Amino acid sequence: MPTSVIGVKAIVVGASSGIGREITRQIADGGGLVVAIARRGDRLEELAALYPGRIFPMVQDVTDHDSIPNKFIEATDKLTGLNLFVYASGVMPEVGPQEFNIEKDQQMIDVNISGAVAWINQAALRMQGTKHGSIVAIGSVAGERGRWEQPVYNASKTFLHAYMEAVRNRVSRYGVHVVTIKPGPVQTEMTERLKLKNAMSAEAAAEKILGLRNRTGEHYLKFTHLIAFAIIRNIPSFLFRRLKI
Amino acid sequence: MTADLNRMTHVTGFGLVTGADSYLYRPTSEDEVADIIELARKSGRQVTLRGAGRSYGDANIGSETILLDISRMNQILHFDSAQGTIDCQAGVTLEQIWRHVIEDGYWPPVVSGTMFPTLAGALGMNLHGKNAFQAGPIGNFVLEYDVVFPNGTRRTLNQNSPLFSKIISSAGLLGVITRVKLKLKKIQSGDLRVLPISVPNWQAQFAAFEEFNDQADYMVSWIDCFARGEKAGRGLFHTAWYLDDDTDAPLSLRPEHQDLPDTILGRFPKSTVWRYLKKLNNRPGMRFTNWGKYLSAKLLGNGKPHPQSLVGFSFLLDYVPGWRKAYLPGGFIQIQTFVPKEHAPRVFAEQLHLQQEAKLESFLGVMKRHIPDQFLFSHGVDGYSLALDFKVTKSNKERVWQLAHAINDLVLAAGGKFYLAKDSTLRPEDFKQSLGDEAFAEYARLKLELDPDAILTSDLAKRLLLDPRSVG
Repeated sequence: MPTSVIGVKAIVVGASSGIGREITRQIADGGGLVVAIARRGDRLEELAALYPGRIFPMVQDVTDHDSIPNKFIEATDKLTGLNLFVYASGVMPEVGPQEFNIEKDQQMIDVNISGAVAWINQAALRMQGTKHGSIVAIGSVAGERGRWEQPVYNASKTFLHAYMEAVRNRVSRYGVHVVTIKPGPVQTEMTERLKLKNAMSAEAAAEKILGLRNRTGEHYLKFTHLIAFAIIRNIPSFLFRRLKI
Repeated sequence: MTADLNRMTHVTGFGLVTGADSYLYRPTSEDEVADIIELARKSGRQVTLRGAGRSYGDANIGSETILLDISRMNQILHFDSAQGTIDCQAGVTLEQIWRHVIEDGYWPPVVSGTMFPTLAGALGMNLHGKNAFQAGPIGNFVLEYDVVFPNGTRRTLNQNSPLFSKIISSAGLLGVITRVKLKLKKIQSGDLRVLPISVPNWQAQFAAFEEFNDQADYMVSWIDCFARGEKAGRGLFHTAWYLDDDTDAPLSLRPEHQDLPDTILGRFPKSTVWRYLKKLNNRPGMRFTNWGKYLSAKLLGNGKPHPQSLVGFSFLLDYVPGWRKAYLPGGFIQIQTFVPKEHAPRVFAEQLHLQQEAKLESFLGVMKRHIPDQFLFSHGVDGYSLALDFKVTKSNKERVWQLAHAINDLVLAAGGKFYLAKDSTLRPEDFKQSLGDEAFAEYARLKLELDPDAILTSDLAKRLLLDPRSVG
């Protein structure tokens, strides 16, 4: 059974597709309020039309850092409060096995790192004052090691995990929940081209994430990931580079 | 729309049921108050006024507004012991006042059941005390006060100013009170002569109030809300008189004579008492506590006058520090309704009956006698008030609100009134009806004139549609 989201006033960044969209939809469906933020306004409008008065679309490009403080205030004014902040924006352009492409890399750094920091800083600043609420960031199991396939994507998620851990160590003492989610394969637009097997649906992932929103700490969405990545994290580097994972 | 996130804070009403996030500002001068209003106007943000935060519901909180907390404006400016007047910044508390003046033989003319409210809050809500039946609300003893209006003007209002009786009682929605000059009560002793009378039912309650109405200085009664049938309305009536023949007066007027003890039975630190109270703070526990209190009222000291310090008699709510925490996690609401005397016996009896039917008896019932007054949002009637405390939990909240609406409907039908400092449950039409069309139109006119941009608001103002921006 999905956890109750009645009374939730949320900002979801990256709400136009994938896990972010599904989290937005489920909050609105359960009776909560969401400011849904993304670059693509038409998609947000489409989603908001399904839940009038519960989803408030707001167009923002997370790479435009300067506009974030004002957008954040605009969102909290719209909601008249805030008790959940979700950063679900993330990009993973296709990178070939021998490709080193700063343009693609920069894009990941801008969205997965800088955008996350710029938004989450605002949420943390507010919540360390109000002393309540949850900050949720969607990391990835990819952030556990530097794997050969996606150097910058992996590194960007590693950054996010470490940054969230530091934020957690700063503000959880005030009663703020700081939650890092490390999903494995999830069927979304971002992962479509990968033709993932055994991937979790975005609906199921979003439901689990909402259930974990007040559980400060790092969470996998599958128990098997907990085991698998405990092992993978501890493979010595000289062995790891010889493996195909 | 920009705002400083470093100022973000979360505050709750005294009952801990509702809270709000807001941008906290704590001015120390009238100029700073004006600056904050100006900042609000420029940024398009609204302002909520807060004193000590003792209003039970949502009158002192405002979601995403600038929270103007007056408590740092706490300087006593001038005490005239010959005239018996005191001039204070509006963040001065009733406690500061009594401590300052008691040795010279003065006492605040009206005090609430707690000593912590600020003057700004006391005037904003126009609070009353156990002498309401003859003194009326605190506004009756205000000589003059300064106000910063959101329209940019600043005024000193005295009893001859037409606005005098409008800003007092207006729940902080018309102007910011920054300085108050108050007329004090001359006393000869720091003690009162207190007479407790155990009363077996409603009839005896009202009879006691009638009997002492013309001769007492204070009257209040506790009601056991669990007692039914013929015992319904039973409780403990207290009346008290100022002493003018106290030979110990120089000593009884010392603050240390007044101070409430910080232990119970000389042993248990009071700061921990709420934890034990919490164990009892449920229906069976409170049924037992109320029963025990009535029994001891009947057996101990019944009808025997005794001296008691003014602080001890007046500030009953301060006996157990942090007592509201016994209501956590859900908090509690208080409902105080004011009913004309001819209808009060029936309406109060029905209120009790409704609670018992709903199995949501108030853990504490307090009755007082009142007189009408001339203030804008007046809660004074020629009649009685009954104050009820309801514990709120996740599972009972809806039923508590239903009960409150039923109680409010009874009161409205009897031509009664409500008190915004205690309110959490009124609907816009309830308040409008109790106020009357004329007073409501007067409020709307003043709001437009004094606060044309609707800068002053609160979550209560939005709930009751007293904020023009919430009317849409």
